[in-house]
Amino acid sequence: MELHELTLHQLKKDLTAKKISSQEIMNAILKQIKAVDERINAFITLNKETSSLRAREFDQTPWKGQMAGLPFALKDNICTKGVRTTCASKMLENFVPAYDAAVVKKLYSEGGILVGKLNMDEFAMGSSTESSAFFPTHNPWDLERVSGGSSGGSAAAVAADEIPFALGSDTGGSIRQPAAYCGVVGLKPTYGRVPRWGVVAYASSLDQVGVISKDVYDAALVMNMIAGYDPMESTSVNTTVPDYTTALNGSIKGLKIAYPKEYFQQGVDSKIIELLKKALLKYEELGAHIEEVSLPHSEYALPAYYIIGPAEASSNMSKFDGIRYGLRDLTADNVTDLYSNSRQQGFGPEVKRRIMLGTYALSSGSYDAYYLKALKVRRLISDDFNKVFNGFDVIIAPTTPTTAFKIGANTEDILTGYMNDILTVPINMAGLPGMSIPCGFADGLPVGMQIIAKPFDETTLLKAAYAFEQATDYHQLKPALGVK
Amino acid sequence: MSTEFETVVGLEVHVELKTDTKIFCSCKTAFGAEPNSQVCPICSGFPGMLPVLNKKVVEYAIKSGLAINAEIAPYCKFDRKNYFYPDLPNAYQISQFYLPICTDGYLDINVEGTKKRIRITRAHMEEDAGKLVHEGTIMTTSYSLVDLNRTGVPLLEIVSEPDLRSSQEARAYLEKLRSMLLFAQVSDAKMEEGSIRCDANVSVRPLGDKNLGVRVEIKNLNSFKALEKAIEYEAKRQMEAIEDGEPLIQETRTWDEEKSITRSMRTKEEAHDYRYYPDPDLPPIKIDQEWIDSIRQTMPEMPDKAQERLMGKYGLPEYDAALITVSPYNLKFFDQCVALYPDAKTVSNWMMGELSRLLNQNSQEIEQCHIKPEMLADMLKLINDGTISGKMAKSVFEEMFKTGKSAGHIVKEQGMIQISDEDTLRKIIQEIVEQNPGVVEDYKNGKEKAKGFFVGQVMKATKGQANPGAVNKVLSDFLSKE
Amino acid sequence: MVISLQEVEHIAMLARINITEEEKKEFAGQLSAVLQYAEKLNEINTEDVDPLYHILPIYNVFREDEIIESPDRNELFANAPVFQDGYFKVPKIL
Repeated sequence: MELHELTLHQLKKDLTAKKISSQEIMNAILKQIKAVDERINAFITLNKETSSLRAREFDQTPWKGQMAGLPFALKDNICTKGVRTTCASKMLENFVPAYDAAVVKKLYSEGGILVGKLNMDEFAMGSSTESSAFFPTHNPWDLERVSGGSSGGSAAAVAADEIPFALGSDTGGSIRQPAAYCGVVGLKPTYGRVPRWGVVAYASSLDQVGVISKDVYDAALVMNMIAGYDPMESTSVNTTVPDYTTALNGSIKGLKIAYPKEYFQQGVDSKIIELLKKALLKYEELGAHIEEVSLPHSEYALPAYYIIGPAEASSNMSKFDGIRYGLRDLTADNVTDLYSNSRQQGFGPEVKRRIMLGTYALSSGSYDAYYLKALKVRRLISDDFNKVFNGFDVIIAPTTPTTAFKIGANTEDILTGYMNDILTVPINMAGLPGMSIPCGFADGLPVGMQIIAKPFDETTLLKAAYAFEQATDYHQLKPALGVK
Repeated sequence: MSTEFETVVGLEVHVELKTDTKIFCSCKTAFGAEPNSQVCPICSGFPGMLPVLNKKVVEYAIKSGLAINAEIAPYCKFDRKNYFYPDLPNAYQISQFYLPICTDGYLDINVEGTKKRIRITRAHMEEDAGKLVHEGTIMTTSYSLVDLNRTGVPLLEIVSEPDLRSSQEARAYLEKLRSMLLFAQVSDAKMEEGSIRCDANVSVRPLGDKNLGVRVEIKNLNSFKALEKAIEYEAKRQMEAIEDGEPLIQETRTWDEEKSITRSMRTKEEAHDYRYYPDPDLPPIKIDQEWIDSIRQTMPEMPDKAQERLMGKYGLPEYDAALITVSPYNLKFFDQCVALYPDAKTVSNWMMGELSRLLNQNSQEIEQCHIKPEMLADMLKLINDGTISGKMAKSVFEEMFKTGKSAGHIVKEQGMIQISDEDTLRKIIQEIVEQNPGVVEDYKNGKEKAKGFFVGQVMKATKGQANPGAVNKVLSDFLSKE
Repeated sequence: MVISLQEVEHIAMLARINITEEEKKEFAGQLSAVLQYAEKLNEINTEDVDPLYHILPIYNVFREDEIIESPDRNELFANAPVFQDGYFKVPKIL
């Protein structure tokens, strides 16, 4: 295998053993990016020179850390000091933060080297990376298809071996759905497990930073580095962070797995249902106990999400007013025009749509009917999960109702586009940890299996994912990009 | 015949809580710093930033709640108030709309001898906005400058019921509220620095009517005087409008200090819709009885307790005790002075007499004036040991007030030592007697009044420095010998 | 249509987005579609359900009142479109 194809833990092992150098890794990565990113369009900003320089420095005087001398990349809504952070929006096209996000500080303190910033749906609003103000990201398995979203750049870059792992963010499925579409591993931790500080907010009560990687072991490794309490965030939870890799022993005897019937119904591609059923049988073979359950309010999660998400977004996006940073209409001769013109020019259609929707949902006369109603439904959804978790360790379901769709296919009817999130949104509504791992292919396109665990039980989540991964080889298959 | 009207006023008072740092970030709150120098990515609304609540703000809010006799909510939370304005970086203000920290309080005021209870609806925590600097006025300027130093300074907004019936009552309420907050040591409450700000809701109605009239909110009330004048102006304006049959509209008006009028602030985009909703970045606050009790224990002595102490420990009359406890600065002055000069009634008399007169005359506050408690105590000691007379003390005190010099210094400087030496006095009396032989005769003939004449002459000759007791004694000896 | 053109205009004003006539029509249709979909929520009786404001059962998250020096304003506001003499400059407000 080529260096750029290796996982983080493989690279770490060889680098520690001095079989390879940091520069060799960086050269391989940059070479691969150069070779394929014209077709994938995963990167918005590439730190070519700085990352090469850092690799050279490491080889000269190595530093310590969990990922010392190893490369990583970030979704472009994660703020990086001195490195442009655009949120794939014209609004922030030239925004260079004066601060690093908490997760970035953590990866730096573990010795990691930032290779670049990855494409996404504008301000993380979307499920295809098509709402990026710059370009859509193409799916490495079929360049005519979307990479998924909103962390599409992160998933595609990992799938195309442009980076061993990347961080993304997940508000309604934005890590798990692109991971499923691109055939890689995506983990959205429990709300409050990984610091949000410095990650540009979309919907604050749902956003969570997570990891997209080539295998489950890497996901555990990265979680070891990014999880933990952050006193700068009021919704960060102060509980101990276990070593997530120690649970990865392949043994899941007696694990109680629930599969909710609502997630296996009409609307979900029959080939995906078939693959999931096969996967469940595999789990049974491995010694797990499988049982059908019901999450009766599942179908209400999506409509509730498309009220709560935009409502919070409408307020979060108001800070982009052209005064302290970001795009500004310099011709405006009064403040109202300055706001309205800057925001008209800076935001794309999907962002405007969600701001408008959220503004309406919170406006007087709509608050009770839409926003408060959605919050009540959110409680019912959360209660559903709590009931199931009284008797089970994990829940398994498909990640997405379909495989990756063609670029442009869903731009006409927005509701169809929103339906992509139908199986992932409930997990955000309940604040639970969820993961998507490859579980096969339908018509040559990757299919993701979603695993959901109890709050703060990422250990069991990773354990269940690892057991399946070890018993299958889907994660080892590579898209035929024809690099040479 | 014209109708008799009643003025109805409710006040919304914003108080800056005197924490070292802002409510949701660790920037300083000091007044008067360079523009945008006490600002960080959090309070200036940068992407990805998150708020963390300053614990002291909650403690001060609880203290304030106790000071205004309010209920402290066992559960409260923060909401976002959404609107665009250049002094509000996030375009939402973090405030408490649905569940405020304090409810159902009251303050008792005293206007011209009549006690009245003013109910307080609620008090809630929120962040202050920044400051806009205009060239000229906001109406005429072509641009404004934004300074975010004040953005995120913690505020407590205290909202009264419409229980006030006159500008005097409104002033008395605001003074009382300010005093209570000063006693509780939660705010500097300086009107001139904007650390206490007031909006007034004013309406009028025919006397006896139960329904409230159309309410007008007046902003920009920067002093007690402005508050009084604005309410009087606005009530008169509304009464005249009603009598002239002109319709009143519910609106926000601003007080124009120069012209002494209120002006409408309506702009074309008046249609506000604040879209309040719970801030997802801030978990709720639970306050149990234990927490409240522990804060109550740290409360400084409040005026009612202080009044009891003054009457009990020092035997001051209720009238004196009430006046001294009008502000914590008065009380502190009294306590410090009495510690040095234990005759409490004399200290009280001087505070309520000369000191109060001079403060009023010069529009000064006790905490800013030259007279310090130890200075008054030193002066009282000089009276007590006979160095100066009570009469001399008055002019010494005025000089102290003017210059800040100590009594001893002034007395020495002006040679104002009281003359008690009997030989010196005898010589002076000798001279007077020689010049006024007829009066000595009068005295001998039993005209007691003649003695008073001698005393007056001695005082005149000594510029008031003669010790009256000593003069009497020497004079009696002298005259009986003659 | 759940939302009229006038309502779209009003929302755009509240949200400070200067939308075009074309966008106005487009948004009216799209927002109506989403809101219609959201009306599905009315199928559930939520009379006795408490709204879920925070998914985490945490409260009283505080920091101490300790000063951290503010960053250099020129560095922090290096991205500001118009920053002069320590101030942000904005065109007239009224």
